[in-house]
Amino acid sequence: MADTKQLKRVDIIFTEDCNYKDILSEALQSSNEDIVQSLLNSGLRGRGGAGFPTGMKWKFTAQEESDEKFIICNADEGEPGTFKDREILFKVPFKVFGGMAVGAKVIGAKEGYIYLRGEYKFLLDDLQKHLDEFHNVLDELNFDFRIKIVTGAGAYICGEESALFESMEGKRGEPRNKPPYPTTYGYKGKPTVINNVETLVYALMICRLGGEKFKELGTDDSRGSKVFSVSGDTPIPGIYELELGMTLENFVEEFGDGDTKSVQVGGAAGFCVPRKHFKDTIIGFEGVPTGGSMMIFNSSRSMYNVIHNYLEFFEEESCGQCTPCRVGCQQLLLGVEAVKRGDKPIEYLNELLKLTETMKMTSKCGLGQSVANSFASIVDNFKEEMIY
Amino acid sequence: MSNTQQMVKELVEKHGRERTNLMAILQGVVDQQNHLDDQAIIEIAREMDLSAAQVYGTASFYTFLDIKPRGEYVIRLCRTITCDMKGKREILHTLENLLKVNIGETTPDNKFTLLETNCLGWCHKGPAMLINNKAYTELTPEKVKEIITEIKHKS
Amino acid sequence: MSKMINLNIDGIDVSVEEGKTVLDAAKKIKVKVPTLCFHEDLCVAGNCRVCVVEQEGKGLIASCAMPAQEGMKIHTNTLKVRRSRKHIIELLLSEHNADCTKCFKNGNCELQELANEYRTGNQVFLDLVPEKNYTVDQSSPSIMKDDSKCIRCQRCVRTCEQLQAVSALAVANKGGNMKISSFFDRPMHEVVCTNCGQCINRCPTGALIEVNDIENVWDAIYDESKHVIIQTAPAVRIGLGEELGFDPGKRVTGKMVTALKRLGFDSVLDTQFTADLTIMEEGTELLTKLKKALVDGDESVHLPMTTSCSPGWVKFIEHTFPELLDNVSSCKSPQQMFGTLAKTYYAQKRNLDPKDIISVSVMPCTAKKFEADRPEMTDSGYKDVDYAITTRELAIMVKQAGLEFLELEDQKFDSLMGDSSGAATIFGATGGVMEAALRTAYEIVTGREVPFKNLNIEPVRGFGGVREATIKIEDPVEDWKFLDGVELRCAVAHGLANAKELMQAVKDGKANYHFIEIMACPGGCLGGGGQPIPTNQAIRDKRAKAIYEEDMDLPVRKSHENPEIVKIYEDFLGEPLGHKSHELLHTKYVARERY
Repeated sequence: MADTKQLKRVDIIFTEDCNYKDILSEALQSSNEDIVQSLLNSGLRGRGGAGFPTGMKWKFTAQEESDEKFIICNADEGEPGTFKDREILFKVPFKVFGGMAVGAKVIGAKEGYIYLRGEYKFLLDDLQKHLDEFHNVLDELNFDFRIKIVTGAGAYICGEESALFESMEGKRGEPRNKPPYPTTYGYKGKPTVINNVETLVYALMICRLGGEKFKELGTDDSRGSKVFSVSGDTPIPGIYELELGMTLENFVEEFGDGDTKSVQVGGAAGFCVPRKHFKDTIIGFEGVPTGGSMMIFNSSRSMYNVIHNYLEFFEEESCGQCTPCRVGCQQLLLGVEAVKRGDKPIEYLNELLKLTETMKMTSKCGLGQSVANSFASIVDNFKEEMIY
Repeated sequence: MSNTQQMVKELVEKHGRERTNLMAILQGVVDQQNHLDDQAIIEIAREMDLSAAQVYGTASFYTFLDIKPRGEYVIRLCRTITCDMKGKREILHTLENLLKVNIGETTPDNKFTLLETNCLGWCHKGPAMLINNKAYTELTPEKVKEIITEIKHKS
Repeated sequence: MSKMINLNIDGIDVSVEEGKTVLDAAKKIKVKVPTLCFHEDLCVAGNCRVCVVEQEGKGLIASCAMPAQEGMKIHTNTLKVRRSRKHIIELLLSEHNADCTKCFKNGNCELQELANEYRTGNQVFLDLVPEKNYTVDQSSPSIMKDDSKCIRCQRCVRTCEQLQAVSALAVANKGGNMKISSFFDRPMHEVVCTNCGQCINRCPTGALIEVNDIENVWDAIYDESKHVIIQTAPAVRIGLGEELGFDPGKRVTGKMVTALKRLGFDSVLDTQFTADLTIMEEGTELLTKLKKALVDGDESVHLPMTTSCSPGWVKFIEHTFPELLDNVSSCKSPQQMFGTLAKTYYAQKRNLDPKDIISVSVMPCTAKKFEADRPEMTDSGYKDVDYAITTRELAIMVKQAGLEFLELEDQKFDSLMGDSSGAATIFGATGGVMEAALRTAYEIVTGREVPFKNLNIEPVRGFGGVREATIKIEDPVEDWKFLDGVELRCAVAHGLANAKELMQAVKDGKANYHFIEIMACPGGCLGGGGQPIPTNQAIRDKRAKAIYEEDMDLPVRKSHENPEIVKIYEDFLGEPLGHKSHELLHTKYVARERY
């Protein structure tokens, strides 16, 4: 088995052992090339789930010629089982702003936006207060950049970057065709960097630690550490920053309740790993990636209820524009119900599995493409629970 | 000028007439009157040179931009599996009994609307719910009773 | 020349201009990739996903939305492609009320065609139709919206937004509840819909169709006590052939007349007669307004004056620019002038009791149904036009009657009200009313023909969204001396998005035209919402060519020289804008809400 790490707690995101002002002030004096190089060296990949190398994103956007560019903080954390961005915005908002400012410097943006999910509106007043303070710091540092907070209104799909732009433009949050990608055609059609909350904090902290230091953590494919949201059947639910590259077995030893049947890694859009695969499953891009969501299920739980819950979620949160996702989600939901009731034979699950393959290959965006992940991993591993 | 016209006019002046401000304006209306009625949407469309159907279509995409009348307090109970595992159903029954309404309904005095919603981001402290913009976590039937009683007595 | 992109599709090298899609490239090597949400007139949506093809190293991509890129290797017919497409079609069918034999679009449905191609016989998936609370909206006199047939491709939404700037239809809700909706799902009759029917032209299924009057018209024909007359709009004669076996651009005027006679109409007449009459009335109205404004200094005169023959346009301005209604010509449309005269002038001359006349029109238009239903359109004392059917409905009637249209001989229109000029024919193309008006007005004012070769006023022709022309009036006759040296500034717009732009400029005081022609539909009536499906620019080009050929072939090219026009003023109307004209040929408009 490839390079694995033992479970190790890390303290980069929330550490109080640093002053964001100092990091920012130093970063604003560094060259853009050095910052990008440091990010590339660090191996940092997006922490929202998709895992695109952050340094590349910044580099591509920096290379675009445009009268206007934007940096956007994606705080539309909606994946079931994820709550780390809320905690980061609550505890270390200045680091988030700082990461945005560094990104703005690198790509040449004068405006930044935080797209805060509607469910987190209670954070808004404090965030705005901190932001006003931050803008004063920017003035002190003589850096021409402003951040505005906009709020979502209850649509999971707006976490998809192009849907988020559409929403910011006052439209339905329907994902766009790609290409073009945000680095060339983002918010208002301008080159845009859009990063997850956590990614921005890491970007700032890499300015302090250096890319090489960050790279020492984690594995080849999954460098550094990550904030995990742990929930479900665990005695210690909460938020943990851990080095990447541990096995699921390692994780369950720490967080399980001794009776863990399966772990859903990556939320409803992620994979369900059954006990028999804990040992050989790495949490990371080489194994099962996650935006942070880790839901633990013990043997008292019905996996039918779990998949049914996810399918209800997808059926409702699909934007509805593309056929495989809109109709596919309805078919999967009603399909598992029909099998459970006995209206359809168990073989019908195979038709549904084929359908998820089509959804994976033909859906317009990540939502429809990822329904197959949880569906196949639950139905394949817990087929008997789908009937009885 | 009607109240609705006045409200919309102020919001549009505050946020701007370009479509990029539509979300903020729609949210502004919901903040003030709990839902988007046809008059508000017609006014927004007029002010922003959009069609009313476009504004309606946009609003109806977003769960929190209610296009149906809602009570003064909108309760959104998290329906995600992790909250479910921590006793969400019991919380739901408690709310239904206390308010004498089912999911999707509003109390006759227009005080409360009971809804379910997708993940609220409090999975480690489930069951969770939002009442308007405020989050309540680690709910128990007793806690829910206290919360509702307190709101009832507020007015 | 733009950069060429080289790619390989199914083992064949192909080059396309930069910016073209994989779908375009496939077309070039003669592969027809199936599409549903794609339409040449609209921006790319990429939402139905039925056009997927396989890209080596990438997997499946939506070919309509994927720009061709250098070195791409594409396969259009792999196992994955076929399976996925079939799945997608099956998914669409599972949401669709596939009761094809009861559907008006049976036989002209893109979903049906694909289902047939892919032989989706056994339904794999659950039938979702019973789960949905589908409704059929029959409130509009023009357009019927049946949600149970909708595949949510959004072609109608894009049409209504991009071509028409109306957005009566929009996408509402999300997930499984996503649907195409009017404002709060209100009945189509109550919202800003202009009834133009462009959505119908682009709907791949039977979700949007015209409200059809086929049975009513047959009943009238069979009713021995009724004298049933039919008027035929200019654009029908160059469109009808497409529904009945001819290629686009075929002129079928004579065959159409024969077919109508054989269907049993008592008299087959021509809307072009009242198109000529419109020119007389509208031309005089314009000149009168110019005189009032320029000589009398009357500030109550609203210029520019716009045309009023397109009922989609009229309803649009009633909703969108109600403050500009005084700018609209008070002339009824040719259809309605015809309807009024049918039950007055025609009845008198033919010695018929108007109550026994059923007046039918065949139009390239769905808004004409609404127009015929307007409560003010009863100046004859009866409903002026009883039924307005589309080109498509007429084609169905011809088929029902078993007529071999391709083989029919040519016949001529009956009279009275069957003669027309070439100027009336070109009403069917964008710019045609302007051209016809200028041919007559210029001659009235100067005593000379318009200074264009063969009377063809090229600057107002073509398909530019907004076109402008200026004609300088020199050496006018005595009555119109005040116009000497005046440059008559004209503008033409087609498609309501262009119309909106133009009228916004008028409203903002940024445009100083005297006369504006507006047609609601792209291309004018030849691209009308009642015309054969499909439509695209290539087809509209051919129809336009046919219209201008028809004009050249007619012996009379100017409205005022139509002998029947001369006669109706002598015998019945008196003079243009006279008392009788006012009573019968002019109308008023109403301001409407914009939602």
